Amino acid sequence: MSASPIRRWARSEAASGWFMVSPTLIYAMLLLAAPLATIFAYSFFKDGYLVVIHEFTTQNYIDAWSDPIFRTILFRSVLVSALVTLVTVLLAFPIAYFISFVVPASNKSRWLFLITIPFWTSYLIRVFQWKVILNFNGVINSTLQGLGIIDSPLQMLNSIGAIAITLAHAYAPFAILPIFVSLEKIDRSLLEAGQDLGESKLMTFWRVTLPLAMPGVIGAVMIVFIPTIGDYVTPELIGGGKLPMVANMIQKDMLKIDNKPLGAAVAVSAMFVVAAVSLLFLFLNRRFLKVGK
Amino acid sequence: MTQNVITAKVPLEQRRKMIEFDRVHKYYGDYHALRGITATIREGEFFSLLGPSGCGKTTLLRTIAGFEDISSGSVLIDGKHMEDVPPNKRPTNMVFQSYAIFPHLSVGQNVGFGLRRDPRSEAEKAKAVEEALEMVGLKGYGARAAHALSGGQRQRVALARALILKPKVLLLDEPLSALDKKIREQMQIELIKLQREVGITFVLVTHDQEEALVMSDRIAVMFEGEIAQLADPETLYRRPASRRVADFIGVMNFLPAKVLGEGNGHVQLEVAGLGQVDVTDEQASAKPQGGEPAVGFRPETLTILYEGQTAQDRESPGVIDEVVYYGDMTYYDVKLDGVETPVRISMRNVFGRPVLDVGTQTRVAWSPGALVLFR
Repeated sequence: MSASPIRRWARSEAASGWFMVSPTLIYAMLLLAAPLATIFAYSFFKDGYLVVIHEFTTQNYIDAWSDPIFRTILFRSVLVSALVTLVTVLLAFPIAYFISFVVPASNKSRWLFLITIPFWTSYLIRVFQWKVILNFNGVINSTLQGLGIIDSPLQMLNSIGAIAITLAHAYAPFAILPIFVSLEKIDRSLLEAGQDLGESKLMTFWRVTLPLAMPGVIGAVMIVFIPTIGDYVTPELIGGGKLPMVANMIQKDMLKIDNKPLGAAVAVSAMFVVAAVSLLFLFLNRRFLKVGK
Repeated sequence: MTQNVITAKVPLEQRRKMIEFDRVHKYYGDYHALRGITATIREGEFFSLLGPSGCGKTTLLRTIAGFEDISSGSVLIDGKHMEDVPPNKRPTNMVFQSYAIFPHLSVGQNVGFGLRRDPRSEAEKAKAVEEALEMVGLKGYGARAAHALSGGQRQRVALARALILKPKVLLLDEPLSALDKKIREQMQIELIKLQREVGITFVLVTHDQEEALVMSDRIAVMFEGEIAQLADPETLYRRPASRRVADFIGVMNFLPAKVLGEGNGHVQLEVAGLGQVDVTDEQASAKPQGGEPAVGFRPETLTILYEGQTAQDRESPGVIDEVVYYGDMTYYDVKLDGVETPVRISMRNVFGRPVLDVGTQTRVAWSPGALVLFR
């Protein structure tokens, strides 16, 4: 039994594990890790005219962070996604609660199915539909005018509110599902115990249901917050390009201005902000999960 | 352990009525879950609702807690109608089958959950929590996470959490069914002692007849939404009101019987395998239940006679058909002469006395006073 170390390794359990994950691993490396690493590297390169000079510099970060427009846009991005997250989770919770606690068990899957219906159309079309609804001659304005409630059409597009409504609608199912799951996991006898120990239904909700649903709520917050901060389509279509968010700025730096290192630095900066916020929520979630086991 | 004044001194019949069911009916759609329950539970009583699953015992318990509305009839707690009183306003607390320990709270927070509106200071409440934990043998567990507890400990927390509120009635929904045998038996004794100490009325739901016999002052045996018999454990065991109750509580042997005549408080019977027997009217089930009459007797009321022994009362011949050895006991299935179905006889094993073999010709001693007539 004097097989070479390589052969012995090839037969080991660790090796078969590696072989099994390797297709996914290669895919992830090529399409996720490699582009990310490229962006990260570019953010430290110098920009020449039409070319990228491969010399180390931190000037891109200094340029980005000293630019008041970047700071405004980044702040707006965080604000919009925080607003979207808040609205989405606040709207999603009653829906999730309704499906979990009010809908009879035999009908729950039907309701969940209904919630996924918006996903049957593409995200782009759904965003565009909001434009149709909120436009000058859109559904809301023509209805209100037709009813004689308003004389001249309302300006609804090109506002943070419009962006928030559109994104909140798009991400609602993502928020409903994790909250629904955490509500489903709550042992119903705990709610009876709350009442049995002298609390009203409302106080039982506050002292039992809500704390136990928190892992789902925090999960929903992260699932909504992370993608919305980097959303590109909605600010472009609903914000009319007048209220750019960080993704729009990256696109402009990268393609229109053709300053790839600066665009890369902006992208990496935005990523760090998202990572910092996510870590905060992850930490909160860990606290709830630790107790909830 | 100090005994509570009420549980120690006052006989059951003289105590206050704590829970009164009056013709309680409960329907789930077409399903008739409770069919006219009428019963009274007295103050400081350890009362059990015993029956197979689906008999309505848990539903009945939940009507006391207020988790089930009743379709008709009335439920009174301490003389007050409860129909419109929500669970959080009732003077009852419950130990749930799953214990329902709040997983996001510590042991101490669980026990103190119901004290939010208690006017006492935080320090006094903390002391009350500590005392409640001590009472159930969990002193010093207050800061522990509830999810780290074992099943037995969870049950103690659930008990402390309910008893700290000093309810008039403590409801226990199969509290011991999730525990293994040793801890269950230990908890049974602890619960009895605790109940005597605090003097609170306990209503226990169980499907375990042994548990009900061990713990209760009185037991209501339920089948299909009705109380089949309500009696103290000894009466229930020795004088079951029907074949079904007899079958549910412990082991009961049945032998077909023929009524030869009755009068003067006696019934004359011809019993298969036993011959002619006289039983008193008290031994006969109150009302005819249909079907062929039969006499029943418990395995321990019969004795297998060894050579040289003679029966004090009556004896009948038979053959040992099966032997089941339990260490302290041996169960013999004996075919009495002329009867095809064997009867079970339990014998305490005595040092130096051999366990008999299958096929042994034997004589069985019995006494007419131990028989119950079902007709």
